[in-house]
Amino acid sequence: MKKFLALSMAAAMTLSLAACSGGTSGSTSGSSTGSTGSDSNTIKIGLIANTTGGNAQYGIAVKNGAMLYVDSLNEAGGINGKQIEVIAYDDKGDPTEAANAYNRMADEGVTAVIGAVLTGTTVAVADLAYNDNMPMITASATAPSVTLLEPEDPSQGIRENVFRACFIDTFQGEKMAHYAADRMGAQTAAVIFKTGDDYSEGLKNAFVETCAELGITVTSEQGYAAGDVDFKAQLTTIANENPDVVFCPNYYEDDGMIVTQARQVGVKSTFLGGDGWPGVAGYASAEDLEGAAYCSGYGLGTNTEFEASYEEKYGEPITGMFEPLGYDAALLILDAVASAEGQGLEAGSADYKQAVIDAMKATNGTEGLTGTFSFDEYNNPIKSVSMIKLEGGVEKFSEQY
Amino acid sequence: MSIVINQLVNGLQSGSIYALVALGYSMVYGIILLLNFAHGDIIMVGAYAAWMCMVNFQCHPIVSMIIAIVTSMVLGVVIEKVAYTPLRSAPRLSLLITAIGISFLLENGFQLIFGAGAKTVPSMITGSDIVLGGVHLSFPAVVTIVVSLIAMGVLTFLVQKTRLGKAMRAVSEDMGAAQLMGISLNKTISFTFAMGSALAGIASVLYLCSYPQATPTMGSMLGLKAFVAAVLGGIGSIPGAMIGGFLIGIVEALVSAVGLTVWRDGVVFAILIVVLLVKPTGILGKPVQEKV
Repeated sequence: MKKFLALSMAAAMTLSLAACSGGTSGSTSGSSTGSTGSDSNTIKIGLIANTTGGNAQYGIAVKNGAMLYVDSLNEAGGINGKQIEVIAYDDKGDPTEAANAYNRMADEGVTAVIGAVLTGTTVAVADLAYNDNMPMITASATAPSVTLLEPEDPSQGIRENVFRACFIDTFQGEKMAHYAADRMGAQTAAVIFKTGDDYSEGLKNAFVETCAELGITVTSEQGYAAGDVDFKAQLTTIANENPDVVFCPNYYEDDGMIVTQARQVGVKSTFLGGDGWPGVAGYASAEDLEGAAYCSGYGLGTNTEFEASYEEKYGEPITGMFEPLGYDAALLILDAVASAEGQGLEAGSADYKQAVIDAMKATNGTEGLTGTFSFDEYNNPIKSVSMIKLEGGVEKFSEQY
Repeated sequence: MSIVINQLVNGLQSGSIYALVALGYSMVYGIILLLNFAHGDIIMVGAYAAWMCMVNFQCHPIVSMIIAIVTSMVLGVVIEKVAYTPLRSAPRLSLLITAIGISFLLENGFQLIFGAGAKTVPSMITGSDIVLGGVHLSFPAVVTIVVSLIAMGVLTFLVQKTRLGKAMRAVSEDMGAAQLMGISLNKTISFTFAMGSALAGIASVLYLCSYPQATPTMGSMLGLKAFVAAVLGGIGSIPGAMIGGFLIGIVEALVSAVGLTVWRDGVVFAILIVVLLVKPTGILGKPVQEKV
């Protein structure tokens, strides 16, 4: 029954295409039915995630999220009547293992790769995939070096075949500056950040630059060192400047301390943060946090349908943005694969890969769980972020921004 | 102008915590010539005790504070009895290494039991802030400074006016002679550790008022800076430890205020080096006379 459904769908899709491409598609399927029968009825997609070892919780989340989409697509008949076959390898969070995983799946004939999860492993895979012009999307690696050939110098060009579903660090800083201007009408802002930390400084620099463009005066940029617990001296300076907002792009433990001490020294400004904030409600009092806002890749509770089906399938609730990002990565690349299939190209050929990449690049307005996607010149997504607001000590989703 | 005063208040607040901890270092050094590097970790244990009481047993904040102070005090005496007493006649270096061992044991033991993440301690004291003109005095800052001054006053009284205090001073002057005069060494040394650790307990409660998180390694940097404060004031000297603590706190606040936060720890330890080079006895320390 399923097979019949798949065939009829394939027929329907084929009919909708130009005559010549329909012919190619027919011949491919015909030739392989004669031989093994597995190659043409499935589309092989590689999935590289660290499902064991350190930070395995991220890898497992991304893999589960991606598989949820693939399974639902297969149940609905697959693409072009073909089922999606996922070839998944564990890279254990190690770049060498990730490179081996990629080489193995490339030998096994995958047409596109989802992965890897961490920045180091993803860059290792991206290097190899670039040589093969293999379409690739990472759900979660935020470093610029994933898509840029020279991280310090974007003009050196990009890996055209590599995309990502998550936003990069600088994007959050830009978004929060826009949010401060649009939604809060901020005229002045101060920043407190951790010096020598790529994440914190990346967000801070982008925020400050965007503030300058938007006409927000940045009264001061206060740094602190890793391991510090006393921020009162810096916060006293901020209190004295009394800015409209304070941008605090750090992790939740520090954020909690900073907000608490800020109120002690008399800072009355609203706090803004990035995606290091989730969980902050447990680290500062409700009244100190009231009104603070941060951006995140996904706000828990924004898509109850997805969250329920995830919990039903895996027996545990989603933990944050990694599951939805895995889902979106699979969605984006399989949409592009569907478009290449639609052109009737031969799976695995150079033209086919290029068609997938072109379709990815042309993504415009694809509705994912974490926002509406299109890609910028550096293959980073342009999408909305989930704004989370602190109300009465609870982190509540407020809007897609 | 008000910002300078505000920064000085910040400095006094962290300085009074350093001073309380430095007193413990100084007293112990004064009596058995031991740099008790486990002293900072006693603060950590006190903080965890307060957290356990507040969060797990829902105790009243005052009860939690008292339990935290008593736990610190008992722990200090237990460490002294278990680890230091058997080594009293051993070379000083053995004692020092034992102290470092105890410090690692406490830090890693607590990490094993409670995990490496921070535990949030609900606020223990609440009150309204005081605003005088442009000067903003937070309630925890006022409480910290006032409580430390009271604690130091009580300590000075105990050391100067009571029999045990007199015994302490005698032991620190000359252990052998004091023993010959009928002073119980064990009792006096335990009393010193109990007082030093109780001050550390008070410091941990005050610390939690401003920095409401307990982590297994919170005591190490705090302890080291308090040690610098003790050396700056003159190790072995009680008023010296107080002055040293306040000075270190104010220097830290001013270094941060001028935007050199990253150099804050560096400046504190540079002070240690300069003091050791220029005036090893510190501000109020007595010059050591070599007995020949």
